[in-house]
Amino acid sequence: MSLVNDSVLAKRTVRAAERPDLAEVRDYFELLKPRVMSLVVFTALVGLVRAPAELHPVLGFTALLCIAVGAGASGALNMWWDADIDARMSRTASRPIPAGRVEPGEALSFGLVLAAGSVLLLGLFVGWLAAALLAFTIFFYAVIYSMWLKRWTPQNIVIGGAAGAFPPMIGWAAATGSISLESVLLFLIIFFWTPPHFWALALLKKDDYARAGVPMLPVVAGDDETRRQIVLYSLILVPLGVAPAFFGYAGTAYGVASALLGGAFLLSAFDVWCRREGAAAVAAARRLFGFSILYLFLLFAILLAEPLIG
Amino acid sequence: MNDKPEGVVLTEEQRRRRRARSIAIALVLAGLAILFYAVTIVKIGPQVLNRPL
Repeated sequence: MSLVNDSVLAKRTVRAAERPDLAEVRDYFELLKPRVMSLVVFTALVGLVRAPAELHPVLGFTALLCIAVGAGASGALNMWWDADIDARMSRTASRPIPAGRVEPGEALSFGLVLAAGSVLLLGLFVGWLAAALLAFTIFFYAVIYSMWLKRWTPQNIVIGGAAGAFPPMIGWAAATGSISLESVLLFLIIFFWTPPHFWALALLKKDDYARAGVPMLPVVAGDDETRRQIVLYSLILVPLGVAPAFFGYAGTAYGVASALLGGAFLLSAFDVWCRREGAAAVAAARRLFGFSILYLFLLFAILLAEPLIG
Repeated sequence: MNDKPEGVVLTEEQRRRRRARSIAIALVLAGLAILFYAVTIVKIGPQVLNRPL
């Protein structure tokens, strides 16, 4: 009996030495991709506020919490699946799994529990359409994008971008229990914003993606084709950005701002197209990447502010 | 006899991190309890007491 106990203890001691139990609370928080989560919460809030229905503030808060946790869950599942790629890219090598602070299995169970919990709570407390959309979003990001598209096609972020575009639709569905043209428009704005945004980054981090074996557009089709596609998607994005005002869903302030910001976006995209060599090309891609974040933030901030200001 | 404690012995740093994780889990559970209470009141309100005996 004592021999058996000694052997079990020895195994446990070896396991403890192999796995140093170094995870901090912030490592688990990092698994949720907090920066992505903040954008998700923000766009979902816009969907909630613009929806033509009243939702009790406690239920609105619950909906946002569930959407945030659901987005975090898909981030954790993505980090679990992509740990091998992350380890080879400078931008992601210090994430909790490749850095050895969190075990892959822990990240997987963490993501699955949060995904199931957030969908269930959203369904029980707020509505099942919103819960179904959240479940589909998590599935789309973790399975369709991370497991399938990302390593297979240069269109990965075009199709995968849908996952990031769903949150305002989920917020809208949480408030109204339905899907409508307005919420589809919000979806389309983010959907067509994603390719120019990520391809500007991919132009800057092309070597990283190539080393990791991720078929991003600049790696597969070259920088010039990427620049052409950035301009094409920007030409679709800008009219979509103005469309909420055109259809009467948003006010004059939004209409004017979206037209001006759209013009600046197009100029920035053409700048990337024109400057193809050296430091000027890098600076242009960096400017577009930075401005694309500001563009989306301002569009949604104005959509959020309009009904609050009156 | 051997004075060393048997089994897995955590370092001070591992102990500190495990305690921080435990506190975080406790806070999340407390937050969930408050959320469940608030949502129940909002959704059912005074009707929470109106049920057949």
